[in-house]
Amino acid sequence: MESAEYRNSLIELIYQLADDDFILAYRGSEWLGLAPHIEEDVAFSSISQDLMGHATLYYSLLEELGEGDADKLTHARSPHDFHNAVLLELPNGQGTYLEEPNYDWAFTVVRNYFYTLAKKVRLQSIKENSYESLQQIVKKISVEMSYHLMHWETWFDQLMNSTPEAKRRMTDAINIVLKEMRGVFSYGENGEKIVRLSLIEREEVLIQRWKDILNEKVDFSLDIEMSLDGRNGKHTDHLEGALSTLSEVYQSVPSAEW
Amino acid sequence: MEAVYQQNIDHFMDRINNGEKIEADDWMPDEYREALIRLISMHGISEIMGALPEKEWVPKAPTLHRKLAIMAKVQDEMGHGQLLLRVAEDLMAPLGKNRDDIMKDLFSGRLKFHNVFHMEAPTWGDAGIIAWLVDGAAIISQTMMLGTSYGPYGRALKRICAEEVFHAQHGESIIMALAEGTEEQRELLQDALNRWWTSLLMFFGPKSKNETGHSNQDKNMQYKLRTKTNEELRQEFLTKYVPRIWALGLTIPDPTLKFDEEKSEWEYADPDWSEFKKIVTGNGPKSKERLALRVRSYEMNSWVREALGKRPQHI
Repeated sequence: MESAEYRNSLIELIYQLADDDFILAYRGSEWLGLAPHIEEDVAFSSISQDLMGHATLYYSLLEELGEGDADKLTHARSPHDFHNAVLLELPNGQGTYLEEPNYDWAFTVVRNYFYTLAKKVRLQSIKENSYESLQQIVKKISVEMSYHLMHWETWFDQLMNSTPEAKRRMTDAINIVLKEMRGVFSYGENGEKIVRLSLIEREEVLIQRWKDILNEKVDFSLDIEMSLDGRNGKHTDHLEGALSTLSEVYQSVPSAEW
Repeated sequence: MEAVYQQNIDHFMDRINNGEKIEADDWMPDEYREALIRLISMHGISEIMGALPEKEWVPKAPTLHRKLAIMAKVQDEMGHGQLLLRVAEDLMAPLGKNRDDIMKDLFSGRLKFHNVFHMEAPTWGDAGIIAWLVDGAAIISQTMMLGTSYGPYGRALKRICAEEVFHAQHGESIIMALAEGTEEQRELLQDALNRWWTSLLMFFGPKSKNETGHSNQDKNMQYKLRTKTNEELRQEFLTKYVPRIWALGLTIPDPTLKFDEEKSEWEYADPDWSEFKKIVTGNGPKSKERLALRVRSYEMNSWVREALGKRPQHI
């Protein structure tokens, strides 16, 4: 490893990639048994499982880099140490995953499609030039990711081109997602170093690539914003709720083997 | 006309008795078709409803490894449900029915699902017991059905059984970690076993119709849909698992449980079959809540179904 600065910047970038997939895998798993049809339940739970697997690969790399036990990183880290984008922590809708869920399939499709497309652009950039062990992981992840992208793109196209109600719901969902989409591309306060050390390309470059791909199919403007920068540990209360569910059993008997 | 029908039946029974497999497009008596639809749609819907008690524990699983394993497991269960419903749908097609009818029958309570999936699963210990013993029980009853006279069901079961073995291993691994863990973890496990024991005995169904006043067991055996009785399966389960449970230092909540060497069978306290009947008719501790989740999903996604053009296979 070249320097402490390099190491710290690398670790920061991996946390961002890991936490994004980890939290979205959680949101996906909340849909279990509630998807629009059984075929989708099968496909979606497979995607959530893949995302959890991707997160696990990143956390294992963090473990190798001396960040500590991967299970501890995922089950005993406080919310402000999580560096996922806020978009991914937003709830699927109203209610909880066990009681009175009133989930929004349009929001789920748009969030997953826009995020997965951004993930593709990010991973592509890392594949070109970055830390070698990270590049290897990213190559593995890219294969599954491309199937996820096809899945969500199909849903997106279908729902955008069907009934007026679907179109209206999708438009509402797009507006919500765009309001936090900028956060997905942020590298946070250490972004300048991450880019200078060639771990990934500049935010604006990636954003432009993402927009270029999307502009081929949509006719609305892609003005992206964010309310809070999750990369700096700023989050909504939804993250705390998610993490307490994710770590409930682990925390029930601290120090136990599970 | 009657003579032709009788000829068909005789031919059909000859095929079954010769060990031939019946395929979806083959001639079959209505009674056979109905028995299959009942059996397979109940099995399929039980797989789907079975994901719900575990759903609670999917995000809560205590390590990344456990999270991945339980996610894989519930995904498999959903896949099994889908596979089975497809088999049931083929059988229903000549009657002008489809998956929508299966769902409506589930919501109205006409279509039952397995007793175990009406029960509470309040701790991680329950997640372990479900994966180890409920799936273990399922493996025993599904393995027996592998030789079923209906070809498509047998083929689906073959795939399902292969995956269930992984689930039982996943369950066993959770159980081992808890059994070898702290005092609290052992207690968690013992409590879960206490909660599940009666349901596990009930899993295989009553010995005969004397217990519940109704059983499809005899008909299903005559048509070679199954080859063993409920009680034979329950005995197999006890033989396989009781020694393992004891080996972990756990107590089975039945002081009368013992192996009778002379009769070469397990003696156990018979579960309350009127309670069983109550549970499977939708009055178990979690029946209404879990059905409500399913209904909720159906309702909140109605606009999606409409957007997809109301394709009948997509509901």
